[in-house]
Amino acid sequence: MISFYLNGKSQSISADPKMPILWILRDVLNFTGTKYGCGAGLCGACTVLLDGNPIRSCITPISFAEGKQITTVEGLEKENSDLLDNWQKENVPQCGFCQSGQLVTAAAFLQNNTNPGDDEIEIAMSGNICRCGTYSRIKKAIKETIKGRG
Amino acid sequence: MKEIENISRRKFVKTLGKYSTVLILAVHLPSKVVFSKNKNTPDVFNPNLFVFLYPDGNCELVVTRSEMGQGVRTSLSSIIADEMDADWSYVKVIQAEGNPKYGNQNTDGSRSVRTLFMPLREIGASVREMLIEAAAIKWGIPVSSCIAEKHYVYQKGTSEKIFYGDLVEPASKITPPKKIRLKKPKDFNYIGKALKSVDVKEITNGTATFGLDIRLPGMQYAVIARPPVTYGSVIRYDKQESEKVKGVSDIFEIPRIKGPFGPLGGIAVVADTTWTAMEAIKKLKTDWKAGPNGTYDTDKFMETLTKRVLNSAKVVKQVGNTKQAFQGATKIIKSTFRLPHLAHVSMETPNTVAIVTKDTCTIWSPTQAPQRVRKDAAKYLGIPENNVTVHVTLLGGGFGRKSQVDFALEAVIISKKTGKPVQVVWTRENDIRHDYYHTISAQHLEASIDEKGNTTGWLHRLAFPSISSIFRPGTEYAAPWELASGATNLPFNIPNIQVENAKAEAFVRIGWLRSVCNIFQGFAINVFADELSYAAKYDPLEYRLKLIGPDRKINFGNQSFNLNTSRLKNVLKIAAKNIEWGRSLPKGYGMGLAVHYSFLSYVAAVVLVKVEQNKITVEEISMAVDCGQTINTDTIKAQMEGSAIFGMSLAFYGKISVKNGVVQQNNFNNFLLTRMPQSPKVNVQIVENHEAPTGIGEPGVPVIAPAIVNAIYAVTGKRYRSLPLSDHQLTF
Repeated sequence: MISFYLNGKSQSISADPKMPILWILRDVLNFTGTKYGCGAGLCGACTVLLDGNPIRSCITPISFAEGKQITTVEGLEKENSDLLDNWQKENVPQCGFCQSGQLVTAAAFLQNNTNPGDDEIEIAMSGNICRCGTYSRIKKAIKETIKGRG
Repeated sequence: MKEIENISRRKFVKTLGKYSTVLILAVHLPSKVVFSKNKNTPDVFNPNLFVFLYPDGNCELVVTRSEMGQGVRTSLSSIIADEMDADWSYVKVIQAEGNPKYGNQNTDGSRSVRTLFMPLREIGASVREMLIEAAAIKWGIPVSSCIAEKHYVYQKGTSEKIFYGDLVEPASKITPPKKIRLKKPKDFNYIGKALKSVDVKEITNGTATFGLDIRLPGMQYAVIARPPVTYGSVIRYDKQESEKVKGVSDIFEIPRIKGPFGPLGGIAVVADTTWTAMEAIKKLKTDWKAGPNGTYDTDKFMETLTKRVLNSAKVVKQVGNTKQAFQGATKIIKSTFRLPHLAHVSMETPNTVAIVTKDTCTIWSPTQAPQRVRKDAAKYLGIPENNVTVHVTLLGGGFGRKSQVDFALEAVIISKKTGKPVQVVWTRENDIRHDYYHTISAQHLEASIDEKGNTTGWLHRLAFPSISSIFRPGTEYAAPWELASGATNLPFNIPNIQVENAKAEAFVRIGWLRSVCNIFQGFAINVFADELSYAAKYDPLEYRLKLIGPDRKINFGNQSFNLNTSRLKNVLKIAAKNIEWGRSLPKGYGMGLAVHYSFLSYVAAVVLVKVEQNKITVEEISMAVDCGQTINTDTIKAQMEGSAIFGMSLAFYGKISVKNGVVQQNNFNNFLLTRMPQSPKVNVQIVENHEAPTGIGEPGVPVIAPAIVNAIYAVTGKRYRSLPLSDHQLTF
């Protein structure tokens, strides 16, 4: 049995401890908001928070989550509703597939950085690929959120 | 061209009974389709296949094309909503299943809005007219005294109004109008404005459903090991170790199905989770037969193609006498351009869910071609098409890859074998190694310049494997439409033009990739034209306008549309003006331009780059687009912004190389894409007019790479005629 918290709720599952968090979320718990993009930690589509830190869930075994908090895109609303609102206001997504990873990464970054410069935003977001090319809008939504949080 | 007409309504009304309010519309799309009604009860006003209006005012609008980020669910539904004077807040979009009753559903060629704008307007307008008539009857006043606005019918000049929801029952008894009045553009509520995506909320809160997100009770997951060489095959395989992986239920060989969209075949592993299947497949020991494509080597093939374009080839277009022009020239300029294969790499890898029973099949697929899925599934299973249901999910990117249905058929094949619902998942490695690749190309251009600096002759010779090769194996020459991606529809005012096509065999599957042949033709033409400017000692902008020449409409033969050179020049001037072309720049900075006509749209880009030794930074891109009547201006802007990034990726990094028939790239560590730190400021200006709407998903791509190359030249004097730029030891 592996026990952890998923978006604040406790979960206990029996699974291969080596199975990456991504597939536990998607195929065992049917939390499909977190996406598979590369399976190698290269694209950021699978980003979730583990105790508040962004991790690549496609290469992080579920055993690492024992006793910890996993936050996925489905759990962002509570503390990041302004970020989601700005994302919608800027109409950021095109196909949308990478966006949950982008949002989770942005939420973690904003938690630790209250007044970042453009360069810092770009570096923080550089691990997340968007094939549609929505980068300029992502940046704008992040900056609007920073402004709003004052 | 009138795209829609009412036909023989009476005949259909008779057959459908008393409550039938049928709107029969014949749409002149590639295949003539009759739109007939579905159902009609007092609880819903459903006068045609596209509109469902309920008593609470909720209005479901059916979108027949696939959403892959190009905003089609929003743009198509907004066209109907606008003409029917619906209130957008009541609109819910319903994704159509794959079914020929909807007309052509292939989402490709940047043509959804282009071909459906008028039919959907007429559908919306006919619904509005019926609602107005129902209200007029209720009030006992003439229709001409009524007007519709935002979900209400009003009595003109009074505050009397009836809510659309309250007209559901009476409107259901109205016969569709014989004559449909369309709105004047000045009265549009949504068309030409900026609407947010109808899916933006679900995408940002993680509840949007892509193909990979389909979950069904008892569903299994399958991953397939395919022959490493295109059209190779399995000699033998040992599944012992794979079978030991807990959770694996089936391992079996699946056949290759011949044909343009047939699965490649291989060994399928079916398991309880995607990860289990991925892990088990790593333990498979398979001997593959390479087959005839096992010698394919892209480096060597590029040399072959280059040799071919340096010698005369099949003439496909001839205007004037190029030979003569070259003989009388002051200067002859010659350049050869080489562009590699590319992969689509949409963020969502190909995937499909299928449930096959004895005589039915239900599919959920992120497909650009749901009718093709339906047809090919029915054919494979030997059941009638009517027994196959194809649900179209959101596509996590498509870019042309998901027009092919090989991945959907794999799910059908596996579910038929296991008798259970299955989701076939392509790993990223599968996606990059078994794509329908953008073609590989060599092009040779020559031009003659006279003493006044005029370009007097133009020779363009191209060699590239054709997409026709997937339909007709052995094809060696390009299709006319492929050559009309810049080469044979060159918009330059040059008296002597010759285009030649040299042969090129295909050794991998060649497919459509966003903007298709415009990528390499737009590149060569825009870079070469820049070279001519310098040779003629002109400013590149001034010379380009001179090359395009006087205002005129050019028809390139059998086409129902003209290329308007004044619109082409206009976008170039706007893009240049917005970035202040010609201003003095600090050392190390330079600008380059490109302009291209594709998918009936006109797009220009001017790029500002900074060069520090080998490091290239794209600082800013100024784009201008003329796509006729705009539908959703925010989508147009987004598509241009996205095209800039897509174009930068192929300019900087994009390259699929093949050795011994095997693709050498397999993930994002060796098939690199533009990331946020490289993402420039992109400024987009949209030309507003009421010309027919034209393509928007693809035409932004072709101008980016050549504008970057031209900008680098402006700084360094170095001309890069092959891509990607990373092959030239440049970094970004």
